[in-house]
Formats: sequence, structure tokens, C-alpha cells
Amino acid sequence: MSEFTYLFRGRKTSGSPEEMQKHFERWAAWFKELAAAGRLKDPGHPLQGTGKVVTGSRKIVKDGPYAEAKDVVGGYIIVEADDIGQAVELSKGCPILEVGGSVEVRPVQVR
Amino acid sequence: MQLTEHLFRHEWGRMVGAVTRVFGAHNLALAEDVVQEAFCRAAEVWPYRGVPENPSAWLMATAKNCALDVLRRERTARTFAPSLGRFLESQTTLAPVIEEAFGPAAIRDDLLRMMFSCCHPQLAPEAQVALMLNILCGFSVEEIASALVSTPAAIEKRVARGKRTLSKSKKLFEVAAPAEISSRLPAVDTALYLLFNEGYHGANAESAVRGDLCQEAMRLTAILLEHPLCATPRTYALAALMCLNAARLPARIDASGNLSSLFEQDRSAWNRQLIGEGMSFLELSAKGGQVSEYHLEAAIASVHATARSIEDTDWVKVVSLYDSLMTMRPSPIVALNRAIAIAQRDGPDRGIEEIRAITDAGRLTSYPFYWAALGEFELRCRRSEPAQQHFRSAAALARNDAERHFFTQRLQIVDLDSGGEGGI
Repeated sequence: MSEFTYLFRGRKTSGSPEEMQKHFERWAAWFKELAAAGRLKDPGHPLQGTGKVVTGSRKIVKDGPYAEAKDVVGGYIIVEADDIGQAVELSKGCPILEVGGSVEVRPVQVR
Repeated sequence: MQLTEHLFRHEWGRMVGAVTRVFGAHNLALAEDVVQEAFCRAAEVWPYRGVPENPSAWLMATAKNCALDVLRRERTARTFAPSLGRFLESQTTLAPVIEEAFGPAAIRDDLLRMMFSCCHPQLAPEAQVALMLNILCGFSVEEIASALVSTPAAIEKRVARGKRTLSKSKKLFEVAAPAEISSRLPAVDTALYLLFNEGYHGANAESAVRGDLCQEAMRLTAILLEHPLCATPRTYALAALMCLNAARLPARIDASGNLSSLFEQDRSAWNRQLIGEGMSFLELSAKGGQVSEYHLEAAIASVHATARSIEDTDWVKVVSLYDSLMTMRPSPIVALNRAIAIAQRDGPDRGIEEIRAITDAGRLTSYPFYWAALGEFELRCRRSEPAQQHFRSAAALARNDAERHFFTQRLQIVDLDSGGEGGI
């Protein structure tokens, strides 16, 4: 069993309240499904859309991330899977994929 | 924790109302963006954290914070609500003023204020209904178009025009002014009545959508009644007619998913609780002795709701109520319903006479149930041929598959009855 981090990029910004509620409910259902299957190692955190970016030895501080909305990481979780193939399969249920977003699946380096 | 069905939809109107009060009516679009952002955040945060204990309060607090962000950012570039403007300009007064502006006492009347604002006298009732669905009930243009069986382009135009009118008004409707409330209340009642009827009689085939529209109308009417100046006998009568009619909705679709008329409905499927509420509203509406068209419609619905069967129905009373309704608010549809009641009281031939006697039947003849009523009466008189013709006309005018199926079935019954070619 190995651990994988899912980085969720993109967000659903348009849609009626009814659609937004449905979208949330799909997320909640997916998280619940992962947890019920014993795959959710760490439920992670949602991230706010804005923050600061510090760069270089001169430690320049900029407002960030200033990427396009579809590239901004909106949250992360850690799942357990047999291998990367299974981790990728599990990620396919993520509702962010239905709204133009993406899931980055990264094995956690253990040693 | 599970979310209540339609919670986002139901919170939308109050939140838009609150933010618009702070930003000013001219910033309606900006207010909607802020509320939208609050919903986005809920959808992003709640999967991780779970639904908060009080989701409505969470949403409003998030909208408040988003509004504060906008004010900090755009304070110098835009003008905001004139009544708050001075306080919004200063960094030190900004936060406490916003805190108060979103306090429980301040947001209490926001939905009501928006409801009255949507019923602007410059807007046609249809535009008011579309605007209510959009601003108060959070329906998107596409959802309104699908619910009202119209095109998104047509609805978009209606909603955009309505919002322009709203944005141009210097401020939102003032709910603290009794004279203004009384003068605009009838328009609000009418818009809610139309909204309910779109659900109850509209062309949409999906009973779920129709139920949604009826529910929204009832929800807004209940909010209207919470305000002492709006709790008039007329508005109580409106609430009564909604409850008493909506009580029959569950029986309009039978076990096999087909339309079922009042004559065949399984009355045990009627919603007893709604009937009870409707009867209480009807009682409250009796104060003051003034009789409106809503009183009459509610009274008619109450006769049906309390009758055990079609035979048990007091048709004499129904006819006399329709007579009064024809005097107060004559329309071809009322005349048709009156004719149907007369047929129950005096027999099908009298019903046909009454239908034939309807003046101004022009538009009525494109209404499928006009032909269906004639078909039923001919069928009862055992005149198969005209009955068939009428049901065919009805089927040709059907507005959706459910109606078409219903008329086709009636046609088959005539065939069976006459032992004709359709007989099994």
C-alpha cells in the first residue's frame, strides 16, 4: 500500500445555486466513497484562492498565485492505493473533472 | 450532515437582497457575483470540513466577507449605497458598518424588500415573474426557460430588462413605509399567483419542475405573510388557494406515471397537511369581509379538497362560486371551468351549451382542455363520433407528451365504449 497526494486544480465558478449545490453534493459523495473504501488516508485541506508568493534570495514577495483559475490548486487530500495505476483510477471519480479542472496524482516519497 | 433540498436556491434571494442593500441597487450585478462566490466557496470548503451546523449562517457570513473584500478593493472606484456611502468610505468605519448591515435584524426584511422591488410598476407581470425566479429563487435563465417552456433568449431578454429597471431605481423598495407596501402589495400578490399557476397549469411536462414552481410561490407567499402589513385577508386567500390546489398535485400523476384528472384522482394521495394549512389560511382570509378573486378560487378549491368523491362534491356551491368569479374577473378559462361545474350539476348537455355560449372563446380554442371538456360531455351523452373528434383536437393541441398520452387514452375509451375499431 502506498500513499498518493491528489492536487485539485480549477474551480466551478458559474452555475445556478441548484447546480452549485449538486456540485457540492457530488464532491461530498466522492469523499465519502473514498473514505468508505478505506482509501482516504488524510482528508487534506481546501486552500483559499489568494495568497503570497515568495521568490529568490532577495525574498521578493508577490501577491499570488496569479495563475489562471484552472491552474490554481484549490485543495489536496492523501489517498492510499496499491500503485499509481490504482491511484489514477480512483482519481477519475473526482467532480473537478466535470468542470474543466484536473487532478494531479503524486506518489508520496517515503524514503 | 445532509443539506436540505434546494438550500442554495432558497438562500440565494436573501443573500442577494442583503448585499444589494449594502452596495446599492445599481450594483445588483456585482452583488450577484459576490453571492455566487459565497456558493463557490461553500462547494469548495464543505467537502473537506463537512456541512457546517448552520449552513445558512455560514453562507451569509461568507457573502459578508466577500462583500467586504469588494468594498476594500473598489471603495474609491465605485459608488455604493447612498445611505451607507459615508461609512463605507472610511477604513475605520467600514468593518463595523458591514458587520451591522449583515446582522440578524438588518437582514430580516431583505427577501421581502427584493420581492417588492421585483414587482416594479414599469415591468409587465411576466417580467416580474421571471425576475422573481431569477433574483429571489436563484433560477438561472436556462432553468427559467425550461420551467416556463420558453427559450433562454426570450427569458434572458426579460430578465435583463427587469434588472436594468431595478438597477436604475435609486434605491430598493422601502418596506418600512406602510403606504408604499399597501399600494404595491396587489402587484406582488399577482406575480406570486402567476408563478404558482405556471407550476399548476403550465405547459411543462415534468411534474417535479411544476412542483418546484408551486413550492417557490408558496415559500415566498409564506414570507410575505410574516410581515404584518402584508398579512391582509387577500394575501391569506392567495396562500389558501395555493395550499388547497397544491394538495392535489401528488394525485395528478397516477401510479403508472400518467396524468389523472380530478374526476379519476386517487383522493387518498392528496396532501392532508396542505389541505389543513389551506383551510386555516382560508379562515384567516375571512376577516374584514372583503371578497377578492383569490377568496373565490380558494373557496372553490376548498370544496374539492374536502369532498370525498366527485359525487360527494357540492357542485351547486362550485357553480355559484364560479358565477361570482365570472362577475369579478371574467375570463374564458373561468367560463370553461364554470361550464364543467354546470355539467356536473345539470348534466353533460347543459355543459356543452355553456361551453358553446362562451363569448371570446377565440384563444380558448387553442387550449387542449377546451376540446377535452367537450369530448368528455359528448362521451357522457354516448355520442362517440363528436367525442372522438374533440379528443383528437385536444391531442393535436397537447403541449407535452403527458397531455398527448392523456387525450389519446380518452380517445381509446371512446372507441371501447362505442365498440368501434379501437375495441379489444
